[in-house]
Amino acid sequence: MEGTAVRGRLTWQTATVSQLIDETPTVRTIDLQVPDWAGHQAGQHLDIRLTGDDGYRAERSYSIASAPGEPLAITVERLEDGEVSPYLTEDLRQGDQFELRGPIGLYFVWDPARDTGPLLLLAGGSGVVPLRAILRYRERTGSATAVRLLYSARSLPDVIYREELDHYNHDPGVEVSYTLTRQQPPGWTGRAGRVNAAMLADIAWPASQNPLAFVCGPTSFVEAVANALVGLGYPPVRVKTERFGATGAPGGP
Amino acid sequence: MDALDGNAIGGLLQEVFGTDMTIAVGTCAFCGRTGPVAETVVYLRAPGTVVRCRTCGNVLMVVAEVHGRKCVDLQGLAALQAS
Repeated sequence: MEGTAVRGRLTWQTATVSQLIDETPTVRTIDLQVPDWAGHQAGQHLDIRLTGDDGYRAERSYSIASAPGEPLAITVERLEDGEVSPYLTEDLRQGDQFELRGPIGLYFVWDPARDTGPLLLLAGGSGVVPLRAILRYRERTGSATAVRLLYSARSLPDVIYREELDHYNHDPGVEVSYTLTRQQPPGWTGRAGRVNAAMLADIAWPASQNPLAFVCGPTSFVEAVANALVGLGYPPVRVKTERFGATGAPGGP
Repeated sequence: MDALDGNAIGGLLQEVFGTDMTIAVGTCAFCGRTGPVAETVVYLRAPGTVVRCRTCGNVLMVVAEVHGRKCVDLQGLAALQAS
């Protein structure tokens, strides 16, 4: 029922696609209009429900790509064997509608009014999406929090939000670096290969600075990175994790 | 499929409990591990949703849908404290 959403209770709402932005050949950002959207925090996600003509329903979770205060947006990666993501990335048009509920989750959230210490953001593939919301929110709020982002992608063309992320190089408070796991362009002087303990030791804030880490990506990426950070002396409570499964969005293909 | 974590059932648990449960703190009835639900090991299609302890693998929660109703088994939890 529109207009009767009780805080805390989740209700399915109708979202209308207001804009589609192709980020990479397989990744698309979907701007959404939701009349009763209650607002969200940086790092939260939402559930999408699609209902077929035959009544068959599929639900998936997607991280919110926009900062609090910005129009709602999600960024979706197409999974070849996916049931929902091919529709969202290929068939969806401006003006189309579907059901969603949210915002969801208070665990994987950065709140500058509450959280202290420099930020360490670690992204594997489309795990960069909620971290992008955190970066944008930091900028919107004028926060002086120092941030380092290490983003693991297969190749440079697979980097989502590349132009936007590169723009942060003008901000002395933000350091963005990539590690390319499968293919590096000729003359690439950045990092290569999967994130490992040595790479993290090089890039991570020392544990003595009381850093707060957000790790988001495929399950194997998150496990490896979170364990390495604890090995570097990060208390487990300062390492926030969100696992996307082997591929794509939380909830699997 | 890969195991996810408790973030993936944030919506499902909020539907059942009426509040965010990713930051709720659970205690494993088997090994005593205490931590936020977000950090549990979650299998979405088990069938039903199965939530396991990240330390010992004990089944903490099972959520199944029967005739449109969500049935929640919390037998594996010694405690579950929402904020």
